[in-house]
Amino acid sequence: MKFTYETKKDTRSGFGAGMEYLSQNNPKVVALCADLIGSLKLEAFIKNSPERFFQTGIAEANMIGISAGLAIGGYIPFATTFANFGTGRVYDQIRQSVAYSGKNVKICCSHAGLTLGEDGATHQILEDIGLMKMLPGMVVINPCDYNQTKAATIAIADYEGPVYLRFGRPVVPVFTPENQKFEIGKAIHLIEGSDVTILATGHLVWEAIQAAEILEEKGIKADVLNIHTIKPLDTAAILASISKTGCVVTAEEHQLNGGLGDSVAQYLSQNRPTIQEFVGVNDSFGESGKPADLMEKYGLNAAAIVEKSIKAISRK
Amino acid sequence: MQTQELKNVASQVRRDILRQVHACQSGHPGGSLGCTDLLVGLYFNSMKLAQDANGKVVFNMSGAHEDVFYLSNGHISPLLYSILARRGYFPVKELSTFRQLNSRLQGHPTPHEHLEGIRIASGSLGQGLSVSIGTAQAKKLSNDPSTVYCLMGDGEQNEGQVWEAAMYAPHHQVDNLIAFIDENGQQIDGPTEKVMSNRDLEAKYKAFGWNVLRMDGNNMDEVMTTLAHAKSLLGKGSPIMVLMKTEMGAGVDFMMGSHKWHGVAPNDQQLADALAQLNETLGDY
Repeated sequence: MKFTYETKKDTRSGFGAGMEYLSQNNPKVVALCADLIGSLKLEAFIKNSPERFFQTGIAEANMIGISAGLAIGGYIPFATTFANFGTGRVYDQIRQSVAYSGKNVKICCSHAGLTLGEDGATHQILEDIGLMKMLPGMVVINPCDYNQTKAATIAIADYEGPVYLRFGRPVVPVFTPENQKFEIGKAIHLIEGSDVTILATGHLVWEAIQAAEILEEKGIKADVLNIHTIKPLDTAAILASISKTGCVVTAEEHQLNGGLGDSVAQYLSQNRPTIQEFVGVNDSFGESGKPADLMEKYGLNAAAIVEKSIKAISRK
Repeated sequence: MQTQELKNVASQVRRDILRQVHACQSGHPGGSLGCTDLLVGLYFNSMKLAQDANGKVVFNMSGAHEDVFYLSNGHISPLLYSILARRGYFPVKELSTFRQLNSRLQGHPTPHEHLEGIRIASGSLGQGLSVSIGTAQAKKLSNDPSTVYCLMGDGEQNEGQVWEAAMYAPHHQVDNLIAFIDENGQQIDGPTEKVMSNRDLEAKYKAFGWNVLRMDGNNMDEVMTTLAHAKSLLGKGSPIMVLMKTEMGAGVDFMMGSHKWHGVAPNDQQLADALAQLNETLGDY
């Protein structure tokens, strides 16, 4: 199957579109934001439902606590800010008031990973998937494009329980179907192959598709899955793919420590030990730069996935 | 309930606190004893609680159309557990499981074990005021006229999140919220004035836009009149803060006047000496 796209859009705008839909279709959804309305694309939600929006100012800890209180009162709070401030900065608030307390709070964060670009490492969190997946009961979702982010935003409102939804700033190809149905925890099989499994999440899914095309020119058939949900992990889909290919490459815009690759390795080591190669950031902070240049420097693109795929196959 | 009846309940609650902490040789009796009068006043008089046709309290997680109380300084859990059990949320005899393996009465309160009356986990300090504001705003959004109450410690005022919440509530006119600070002047490392001075909490909260009251938190008559005063200020555009002077260890002479009993359990003799000062008004569990 050949993947094409007509436009590039930012995943955060997909979130904004999902919130616009929820403003009109789910009266229990409320939104909170810590002084970043424009960055989170919340203008339409606020225009449609001003009484259901809460501006917290630059006070993320308070935002998480208020979200827990609103959830107790029967609402479905979407707490929004940049990924660094919405996870690492407020880890204990999420741990105690949301996860341990079992509250139906959706933590929705933009500007995750290196691709926020020029602002540099203070803002480029690469540890958020790990932080959130370690919390018992927390669902962790990292959609790949505008359409999927919109669908995921709408879907998590109907799921009862805490969710971390991670998306980003740059425009990336929109290649998944419009108005798709998003199933939490259900991987999407993108490309059929038998030589190597590529499990990608977020912005790296498009890179994985590009990598599969390059590999095909070399006579290598890659089996590519979009792992939009890191927790719970679709282990059945992963196992089915690996039983065909016998080796796997994981790809994510995140630290190797604590990311998707970690989850896959933990599962496979216990159930079907498999040769695995990792595409991700290797125990390093990011830096300022243009998104594409950063992804190149830190080895998070199609070329890196191709290289690791060939290496994985050679180890069979 | 009249003041004398409330005092009787408070005496029993203080016995429950001491016996819970003694049984597991763990927990925080000092602050629990100091805040007993407030929680008795709230749960046995001031708060409107959901009840069934027979007048028995019923626990609903949402707290819709009833008053909701949040304990932010979760370490005084033996007080909250006694209050909830004596009010009828769960069997009083369950107090004997406090801090034991497989108990619903965890060291710090949590809804994780499905204990009736608990809506949020607390223990890591500074989070309860934010949660209270959230539920207060949920009530406003639902046109629910009931009130949210929140208790914090004075040492807890060291936490930055408290001041994020203090700034937010007046800005958003959260005027269906009555918060309390237990000013017992003690925290783990010593007197609050020495560890990290709060200086003038009244001036600070007033500057943030709160309506601030003061009371002696160990005088049941004053607690009741102040609660009535605080309720009269609801719905006027500002949140309400009650600064409550208490004595850590109140009700047991040798536990008062020091922070020594913040997190220390009495031994057998100390328990006997303490219980001798408190009437068994409702029957021990």
